[in-house]
Amino acid sequence: MNFDRAARRKYFSHGMTVLTGLSIVVIMIPLIAIIYEAASIGGSVINVAFFTQGIPYPCNSPPAASCQQGGVIVPIEGTLSLLGLASLFSVPVGVGAAIFAVEYGGERASARVIGIVADVLSGVPSIVAGAFVYIVMLAYDPSIVFSTLSGSLALSVLMVPIVTRTCEEALRTVPHSVREAALALGISRWKTSVRIVFVAALPGVVTGVLLSIARAAGEAAPLLLVLGDGCPHPLQGITNEGCALPLWIFYGATNPYHNWYLLAWGCALLLLLIILILSISSRLVLERLARRMRGG
Amino acid sequence: MSLGNPFRSPTSKKRPRISKVGDQIFLTLLLLAVAGIIALTVGLVGALVFGSRMALQTLGLSILWTRTWDPPNNTWGILPFVVGTLVTSALALLIAVPLGLGAAIFLTEHAPAWLRAPVGQVIELLAAIPSIIFGFWGLIVLVPLMRSSVDPLLVRYLGWTGLFGGVIVGQDYLTASLVLAVMAIPTVTAISRDSIATVPRAQKEAALSIGATDWEVTRRAVVPYARSGIIAGAVLGLGRALGETMAVLLTIGNSPYLPTSFFSQGETIAAAIANYFTETDSGPLEIPVLLEAGLILLLITLAINVGARLVLARFQQGGGAAAE
Repeated sequence: MNFDRAARRKYFSHGMTVLTGLSIVVIMIPLIAIIYEAASIGGSVINVAFFTQGIPYPCNSPPAASCQQGGVIVPIEGTLSLLGLASLFSVPVGVGAAIFAVEYGGERASARVIGIVADVLSGVPSIVAGAFVYIVMLAYDPSIVFSTLSGSLALSVLMVPIVTRTCEEALRTVPHSVREAALALGISRWKTSVRIVFVAALPGVVTGVLLSIARAAGEAAPLLLVLGDGCPHPLQGITNEGCALPLWIFYGATNPYHNWYLLAWGCALLLLLIILILSISSRLVLERLARRMRGG
Repeated sequence: MSLGNPFRSPTSKKRPRISKVGDQIFLTLLLLAVAGIIALTVGLVGALVFGSRMALQTLGLSILWTRTWDPPNNTWGILPFVVGTLVTSALALLIAVPLGLGAAIFLTEHAPAWLRAPVGQVIELLAAIPSIIFGFWGLIVLVPLMRSSVDPLLVRYLGWTGLFGGVIVGQDYLTASLVLAVMAIPTVTAISRDSIATVPRAQKEAALSIGATDWEVTRRAVVPYARSGIIAGAVLGLGRALGETMAVLLTIGNSPYLPTSFFSQGETIAAAIANYFTETDSGPLEIPVLLEAGLILLLITLAINVGARLVLARFQQGGGAAAE
């Protein structure tokens, strides 16, 4: 009787171990399915035309024999300019706030406030960031509400908390003795912060910036509200309507045109690759930092 | 400064360059950045209140319990969107928490050491996939699969519950919840894993020494100890599901009615904003109402995120003290 109970407990325990292992397998299924789908459909349109041509006239290849594949140079350009502008807005603010929190805040309330603000901002739904920029731009200048500028502002709202928090963490890894040594040599406080502490924390800061760019690169929801649709023609400038890879995936997914659909999978594959490269390179930078901290 | 600079040559008459001006300029720049990030946070709520003032004045909170969304007839009820948001997020969490927690337990307690880091990184990769790609995949792969294979089975075996009825379209509450679950799993897994990893070895060994099996150690010693971290992970996953737009927009079927089963088409607050924002021909009140809905969504997600972070901070500070 007692033996039975012990055996039952043992088998139950083994069963639960198998179940937890199975949950890993279940989690992997969608990941593999998404990568497979993007690689098999999207891979078929990745060629020279994909990177050089504009958005094609929508068509379906069975009825129209001369259906052009086209390319996504306009969404690529749009995403690059959105990310460039958004980094320009968000990196100085995020890095500045983080330096203040770590170098000047100490244990005071001002340092805590920045942490709380970053937490609050990181929970903002992306669509709300879009609505926010819509309201602000409408009040500022209604003629440029739908523009690359608005889109990049919305993306920078999402990037600022990521940059702030990762930069803060990176600065905190720099030992306090380094700052004291610099100050003891008579180096002014700002030079200590910029030339010594910031430089030492640079790999961590770069990681944070790369992660925030990776996050912004895939955002479509805020752009749906404020970017307009500048995809059909070459882009005009930052105050005109823009275009972006994730937004174009949405158009390709919701329109019944086969060539657009194929291009949308191509965009999905490209976006996955960009994000993969960004996250791998950010990890490499961090590993280099870790190696240097160990004195290697 | 009268001590002089030991690195200065005794013949030099130059004073060490300690520029107070530089410090002042630098501090001013930093304060500008701080002012910027605080203004952004305050401005976000302020701008949404400003943008929705027309709706707040004429309708107030009544949109929350008005059941019908009918812009041409000037009826502005966001109850269907609120229900859509809450039901899909709750269902997603119901799926994501057992799977995510199971994965976290396997990764920390059972997996061979060489497997832990790569699997952890792959799950983090899942978190980095853009939501539009989840939505696109959901629409193209999952929706047809649900319509042809899964939904009929659910009707056959679980139809008696009344939860699975009506016309099977494939784009419905259930499919949207599944996609949201997939998106919430990495958050749940990562944070649960980190907090389970903090459980002291002595805690587990104590349980093992009185004859507990592996599962009993997990159930009685590990999970209770890491409880607040696990809860925080689930709540952060919930925050992600509540605010999600694109994945839901493509898989829930977009119809502004209250659901009658898990096969009903619906809409969430975020998806409704994306869906109706650009159609401006439905009167001057439509955008203010949508912005008010956005404000409500913002306040819900903020409360949830700040709550989860507070739980997490308490856990990290007090170690396992939070378990008892």
